[in-house]
Amino acid sequence: MDLFLFLTFALIAVGCAMNLLAQRHPISSALSLIGVMVSLAVIYLLLGAEFIAAVQVIVYAGAIMVLFVFVIMLLNAGEEARTRRSLLVRLFGIPLFAVFLTLTGYAVYLAFADEPAVKFGAFVGTTEALGQSLFREYLLPFEVTSVLILVAILGAVVLARKEVR
Amino acid sequence: MVPLSWYLVLSAVLFALGVAGFLFKRNIITIFMSIELMLNAVNLSFVAFAYHWRQIGGHIFVFFVIVVAAAEAAVGLAIIIAIFRSRRTLNVDDLETLKL
Repeated sequence: MDLFLFLTFALIAVGCAMNLLAQRHPISSALSLIGVMVSLAVIYLLLGAEFIAAVQVIVYAGAIMVLFVFVIMLLNAGEEARTRRSLLVRLFGIPLFAVFLTLTGYAVYLAFADEPAVKFGAFVGTTEALGQSLFREYLLPFEVTSVLILVAILGAVVLARKEVR
Repeated sequence: MVPLSWYLVLSAVLFALGVAGFLFKRNIITIFMSIELMLNAVNLSFVAFAYHWRQIGGHIFVFFVIVVAAAEAAVGLAIIIAIFRSRRTLNVDDLETLKL
């Protein structure tokens, strides 16, 4: 069952990521990126990361992508301009990239081929365990993060503000 | 029973696709989305290794990566809005000088 779920959602993730590259309109790319994120959330669940899967859907697919879609619509971004690429790139670009992907995947596969297989439920990162670790061992990074977010909010407001003349 | 390496291969493939999008796309918003794709691929590696070594620290790191990605998206999109206001374009080939 988990093999079936993994293969289904891995294929959806890779297909959506390729669609992100193939589409010319930014809205289509944004929708395929949402597809990648949601299928990755299912794969996180298979690895026992239930809290991370929920955060992935709520924060990534929810908040961050809404921000992207909002900016695309605000700027009324149209289709990407077609650029003239050289003959070499047009002929060999996609085959060479496929070869590169295969080699990368094969190298990673060889490096970790002997590790034990993932058994669903063998390790569950519960919200309780994550909270205990976050507020004890990682308390200082957590507090520093709040400063980072404050700076980011101020920066976004200052950058996107209309200039008063 | 899925081998651990399959998760890492998926992560590597998604990262490579993100790099390709970063290099080949011309729209600045799509380039930004490719960066998010790379961050997601790295998160998958973190979760897979957190499972492999039974360490919750991997999940904490994913949590922090998501927080930084949110902050980065807010500031980056504000920069894109500012650029569009002064240049009236989103094509990176037309954005070749640093001076506004």
